[in-house]
This record gives sequence, C-alpha cells and structure tokens, in this order.
Amino acid sequence: MAYRWKNTLTRADATPYEEYVNRRQLMGGAIGLGLVGAAGMARAEDEALVPNSWDDITQYNNFYEFGTGKGDPAKNAHMLTTEPWTVVIDGMVDAPGDYSMAQIMETMTIEERIYRLRCVEAWSMVVPWNGFELADLLNLAGVQGGAKYVAFETALRKDEMPGTRYPVIDWPYVEGLRLDEAMHPLTIMATGIYGKPIPNQNGAPMRLVVPWKYGFKSIKSIVRITLTDQEPPTAWNKALGHEYGFYSNVNPNVDHPRWSQATERVVGGGLFAGRQDTLMFNGYEDEVASLYEGMDLRENF
Amino acid sequence: MLIDGINSVARKVPTWAVYIVYLIPVPVLLYQGMTGGLGREPINALERELGEIALQLLVIGLCISPLRKFAGVNVIKFRRAIGLLAFTYVVLHLLVWAVLDIQSLERVWADIIKRPYITIGMAAFVMMIPLAVTSNNRSVRALGAAWRKLHLLTYPVAILAAVHFIWLSKGFQLEPLVYLTVILGLLALRVPALLRKVAV
Ligand code: HEM
Repeated sequence: MAYRWKNTLTRADATPYEEYVNRRQLMGGAIGLGLVGAAGMARAEDEALVPNSWDDITQYNNFYEFGTGKGDPAKNAHMLTTEPWTVVIDGMVDAPGDYSMAQIMETMTIEERIYRLRCVEAWSMVVPWNGFELADLLNLAGVQGGAKYVAFETALRKDEMPGTRYPVIDWPYVEGLRLDEAMHPLTIMATGIYGKPIPNQNGAPMRLVVPWKYGFKSIKSIVRITLTDQEPPTAWNKALGHEYGFYSNVNPNVDHPRWSQATERVVGGGLFAGRQDTLMFNGYEDEVASLYEGMDLRENF
Repeated sequence: MLIDGINSVARKVPTWAVYIVYLIPVPVLLYQGMTGGLGREPINALERELGEIALQLLVIGLCISPLRKFAGVNVIKFRRAIGLLAFTYVVLHLLVWAVLDIQSLERVWADIIKRPYITIGMAAFVMMIPLAVTSNNRSVRALGAAWRKLHLLTYPVAILAAVHFIWLSKGFQLEPLVYLTVILGLLALRVPALLRKVAV
C-alpha cells in the first residue's frame, strides 16, 4: 500500500494540487489505521525539511565498494552495470525467485519521500527519495508466517567495484532488519532522487532507506533479499561488533565508542557550517519508538 | 654521483625555501575549502588534509638522519624546518578540529578525555610542544646533551600519530597501516645505534 506516510516537508507547490489533497486524505486513512501517530502529523505541519542539493547528495557518499574516500563513489560507480538487474527474493516467502528490476518497477507505485539521512559519522543530509515501501515488495513475494527478519545483500563484482579488491570489510556487504522494521511504512526501497533515476553512487538501481537508523543500515545496490527466522549478520557488526550493533537506531544519547552522536553537521554548509542537535530516532520518534518499547536502547545499540 | 649532486643542491637551497614551499598548501587549502574545491563537506576534508601533511612531515623528519647515515645524503640542515612545519600543521589540524568542527569548548574537552583516538592525537601534540619550543640554536646550546635526549620524543610522537590514524579509520584500511609500517621501519634503523649507546 503506497502513500502510508507523508513527508514532513509538504511540497505543495511542487505537487499537483489534486494529488496533494489525495495524499492528505490517504494520510487520514493511515491515522485511522493507527499507523501514524497524531503527534507525527503535528510535527509534519510545523517543520519543513530543506533537501540538500543534487551535488551534495551525489558527491559525498560512503559506498566502500567503490573506495573509502567520500568522493570515490562518485568517481568510480559509473563502472557498475545496473541494467539488467535481478533481485533474488528467497527464504521464507511464498514466491521465491528472481525478480527483474523492470518487473519490480512495473508493479510498484513510486512516491516521493523527503527524509533526513544521518550517517554514523555524525554528518547528515536531507534527501528527496523516490521509491516504494519495502512492505509492498515483500508482500509481492508473500512473507510466510514464521519469518522474523529480513536479510539484504549488496552486489559484489570485483571487476566493477574497485573497492572490493581490498579487505576493508568482509564482502559482500550485508544488512538486516527485524520484520516489523522492514514492514514499517517509513521503510522504503529507493529507486530515484529528485525524480531522476538513482545514481550508481547512491545505490542504483535499488537501495534500502530506513530513515531512523544510521545510514549504513540503508544497504545499496541490492541483489538479494532473504526472509528468515534468525537475526541475520550485518557487515559492520561483523567487522566491529562493539561499535556497530544490529539495531543502529539514531540515538543522540548513546555515543559511538569513538565519537559523540549528540550533534551532527549538515553536509553542504561550507567551511563555517554549524552543528545541529541530533534527534532521537533521527526525528522519527513518534513514528517508530513503539517498535522498541521495553528494549534497552543502550544494550541494543 | 647522484648523492653528490643532491648534497650540492641541498647546500645551495636556503632553509627558508622549505618553509615557503611547505606553507603554500595552507592558503591553497583554505581557498579550496571556501570555493568548493574540497568537496561537499570541506571541514572534515580540511581537517584530514592538514593531519595527513603533518604526518608526512613527521615521516620526512625521521628519514633525515638515516639518509645521511646509510646513503650519505646530507639534508640535515632542513631538519628543524621540517619539524617546525610538522608542528605548525598539527596546530592547524587541531584548530580546525576544535574551532570549525567541534565548535564548543565543553565538547572539545569531552572528546579529548573520552575518545581514545583524540586522546592519542592530543598526547602526540603535547609531546611536540617542548620539541617546538627548543627548536632554536639557543636551546640547543643551553641544553647540550639533554637536547638530544629530549628530541628522542619525536619517536613516540610519530608512533602515536600513526596509531591515531589507524584508530580513526573505519574497517581495515591500508593507508594508515603503511604509515605505521614505514615509521616503525625508520625507527628500527636506529635501534643498533641506540643499543650501542646504552651498552657503553
Ligand atoms: C601529531 C599529531 C597529529 C597527527 C600527525 C595527526 C594526523 C592525522 C591524520 C593523518 C589524520 C587522517 C587524515 C586522512 O584521513 O587522510 C587525522 C585525522 C584526524 N585527526 Fe589528527 N593528527 C594529530 C593530532 C590530532 C589532534 C591533537 C586531534 C584533536 C585533538 C586530532 C583530531 C583528528 C580528527 C578529528 C581527525 C579526523 C577524523 C575523522 O575524519 O573522522 N588529531 N589526523
């Protein structure tokens, strides 16, 4: 079901009016279903996010498959062939198999989601993604009753991804979500930015976006999605378990062992940019805090 | 032949030329940072560029006496300039970090005590202060043998700086390990001489 959540930034001026009204009505429905808290709506009204520029978003990236420098992905990612592209969906699903990207794009409803992106390295951006809810894709494959987690895997092509020739981490990059996190209306698969196809350095042709978690959870250039009943291994947790937990929810009160997470710098502000306070769950507390009720977020970092 | 050539060029080049050449990156980096030449996030880029130049200068400084001893290349007259330039870059690195990056005394202090890689960098910086202060002819004369002992601090400074770099890198990255290896290699060259001195 598309349009289950609405951006905090209302681009009323950019969206045809009818569609805009339509979305708002759908939102009313979502509130009725209890999917979005009323407080979330109040926040949506009074706060507008200003998206970063196209250049900020596409030239300052962490995508170690193309190199560890922030500019390396923009320089090297053109080597990646993204067409044709197939995503394997397997594990505890009714219809396991190869899903071609073309087939996925035909089935899904693409919408815009303007989200904050908070990197674990204490910088942030606001990105106008285009994509669809992960829930819709998972429902396409039919999630089976016993499934509890979703595992994701990035493409690994040594000849197209120069960074993977070095053992920076244990390739391929893998990530995972709890099923309820994966099915949450905020969780999307992005296929575009600013209405254009997503550039390779941002994770073409399809990448995860989980806006309340540190950026590294939002795995790029996905080739496999596996439904499982076991907590799947995740790349940074395997590399440095005491620094990167499975959950990795944005949390200003729990510092990374090597740096503070209390503040962040918005990319693109120049040499004299200030820092801003990091928000609990990256500003999506109203929407997602209930997922972690009763959990010790310091333990489960 | 080659070595004689290098030595005669070195004799002719004034030390102030080294200062000038090595200070050029400062305005260039600042200009790039203000005009987009350092990418979308210039503060971190500037911090890293300055740190890297500082580390390179420390490595160059450690090369100078082995060059003379093992290759007969005499560039010792530049050693003080290299050391003071390294210190300058560390100070700039630290200033960019504190003023442009962290922007709060309270958080600067919190990071220095809480973050091991910052603590290590800071330890290296603090050890460099007496070295910089005594890098003049008067101190060399006044301190005599103690001066040489004091300046053995460059060894732990270089090791700490490389460890600082390794510690702040995410995942397994080659570059900081190469620096540490080179530094340890340059220090290993000195071990026989040091042992001999201790033995006597
Ligand atoms: C001898 C002293 C020091 C040397 C040689 C040094 C060298 C370096 C080097 C080589 C880098 C990495 C550059 C790169 O990635 O290319 C770096 C990064 C950094 N250094 Fe230092 N450093 C020193 C002292 C300090 C001090 C005193 C502080 C702060 C108190 C500090 C804070 C940092 C920070 C914050 C980074 C960047 C980390 C990041 O990007 O996340 N360093 N330093």
